[in-house]
Amino acid sequence: MEQQIKITVRGTNFFYGANQALHDVNVGIRQCFVTALIGPSGCGKSTFLRALNRMNDLIPGARLEGRVELDGQDIYSNSMDVIQLRRRVGMIFQKSNPFPMSIYENVAYGPRVNGLIKRRADLDVIVEKTLRSAALWDEVKDRLSKSAMSLSGGQQQRLCIARALAVEPEVLLMDEPASALDPISTAKIEELIYQLKRTYTIVIVTHNMQQAARVSDETGFFLNGRLVEFAETKKIFTAPVKHETEDYITGRFG
Amino acid sequence: MAGREHTSKHYEHQLRLLKDKLLLMSHQAEQMISDAMRALTERRPSLADEVISRDDTLDHLEVEIDTLCYEILALEQPVASDLRFIATALKIVRDIERIGDTAVNIAERARELIQEPELKKLISLPVMGQSAERILKNSLDAFVNSDADLAEKVIQEDDDIDAMYEQIFRELLTYMIEDTRNISRALKLIFIAKHLERVGDHSANIAEMVVFMVKGQDIRHGTRSDRG
Repeated sequence: MEQQIKITVRGTNFFYGANQALHDVNVGIRQCFVTALIGPSGCGKSTFLRALNRMNDLIPGARLEGRVELDGQDIYSNSMDVIQLRRRVGMIFQKSNPFPMSIYENVAYGPRVNGLIKRRADLDVIVEKTLRSAALWDEVKDRLSKSAMSLSGGQQQRLCIARALAVEPEVLLMDEPASALDPISTAKIEELIYQLKRTYTIVIVTHNMQQAARVSDETGFFLNGRLVEFAETKKIFTAPVKHETEDYITGRFG
Repeated sequence: MAGREHTSKHYEHQLRLLKDKLLLMSHQAEQMISDAMRALTERRPSLADEVISRDDTLDHLEVEIDTLCYEILALEQPVASDLRFIATALKIVRDIERIGDTAVNIAERARELIQEPELKKLISLPVMGQSAERILKNSLDAFVNSDADLAEKVIQEDDDIDAMYEQIFRELLTYMIEDTRNISRALKLIFIAKHLERVGDHSANIAEMVVFMVKGQDIRHGTRSDRG
C-alpha cells in the first residue's frame, strides 16, 4: 500500500461533558482511499467522523484531547480556520438536505459564497463538471432551474455530494449516505464513491457491513469508543484478528 | 465457526445443519475405505459389493452440502470465520466425495482379486491401509474440532504414505519380473496402493483447508501468506 496518510489521528479522546465517547484513538487515514468505519450504535464512529472536520465544535460541552492532523497540520490548533477546514473536508449526511432552491443554485452556492467564482460562465462550467462528477448531470441537465426538492431521494443525495464537491474539497466524510435509499440508488452512490476515490479521500460511516465491504479499502471497527481493529477491508472480512471484530461482523452480538 | 452463537438463530441453525451433513458424509467415507480394505484382506465379496452400493448416498450428500452452501452464501452473506467455514465446506466436500470413489475402486479391485488365489500374504498393504484410514480420520477430526495443529500433523504424515506406496510398488514389481503370470494380480494390488496414496492426498487437502479455516492462512503449495 503506497497511499500516503492524509489524516493522522493521535491519542485522541473525546468527551461530551463528563461522558467519554472516544478512548485513545490512533489511526492514519490514507489519501485516495475509502475508509469505512463500522460498529454498533453508540460506539463512537460518528463522533470520530465528525471530529475530522470539527463538526463537534458546535455541541456544548464537547471536548477533544489529542491531535487530528490534516496533511500534518493540527486541525484543532488556534491558527486553523474552521471554515477553510470544512471546505477542505466536506460532509455528506444520512438524510439528504438540499437547499430549497434550484438544482443549479444548490451546486453554485458553495463556490459563490467562498468567492471562488466571479463570472456566470465560469459557474456554469463548475456546475456541469461537478454534476458530472456526482453522476447526476445526465439526469438533471434539462431541468437545472427546477427545485432540488423535485428530485428523488437518491438524486437528492447525489446532489448533496455534488454540492460538497463544488468547493473542491480534499476529503469527503459520509455519515450513512445510503441508508435511506433503495438498492438501485444505493448502488449508484456506491459506484460514485468508487469513482470519487480517484480524486478524494473518503471516510464513510455505515451500519451496512456489506456496504463497508463493497466500497472500502480499509475498515475500522469501533466498540465502546475504542478503535478495536483497523486493517485492509478484505482482511477484516475474511480473517479479522480481534475476536470482538469477528463476533460483530459475523452477527454474534450481545 | 467461532465459539459463540449467532444472534440470528436461523443462521446458526443453517451452519449447524451444514456441519452435521459434513460429519455424516465424512463418517461414511471413512467407513467405506475401512470396509473396502476389509473386503480385500478378509476376502469378502459381499462387503465389497456393499461398499460399492454406498457410493450413491455419498454423492447425494455432496449435492445437498453444495446446495446448502450456496443458499447460505446467497442468503446470509457470511464473513470472516463463517465465510472460511463455508469455503472449506465447499472444497472438502469434493475431497470427501473423491475418497468415496476411491473406496469404490478399491472394492472393485478387491472383488476381482478375491476370485483368484492370493498372490502373496498381504502385509504392507494393510499397514498402508491403516495409515491412510488414520490420516483420513485425523483430517476429519481436525475439521470437526477446528484443530489446526492436528491438521499440520496430517500434512506431514502424508509423506509417510507416499513412501509406503513407493515401497509397495517396488515390492510388487519384483513379483511381476519373477513370473509374468503374477502381473495381473500384482497390478491390481499396485492400483489399490495408489488409491490409498490418493486417500492420503485428499486428507492432506482437507487438512490444508482446516488450517485456512482456523487461522485464515493459505498454506497450500508451500505458500504461507496471509489471506488478506
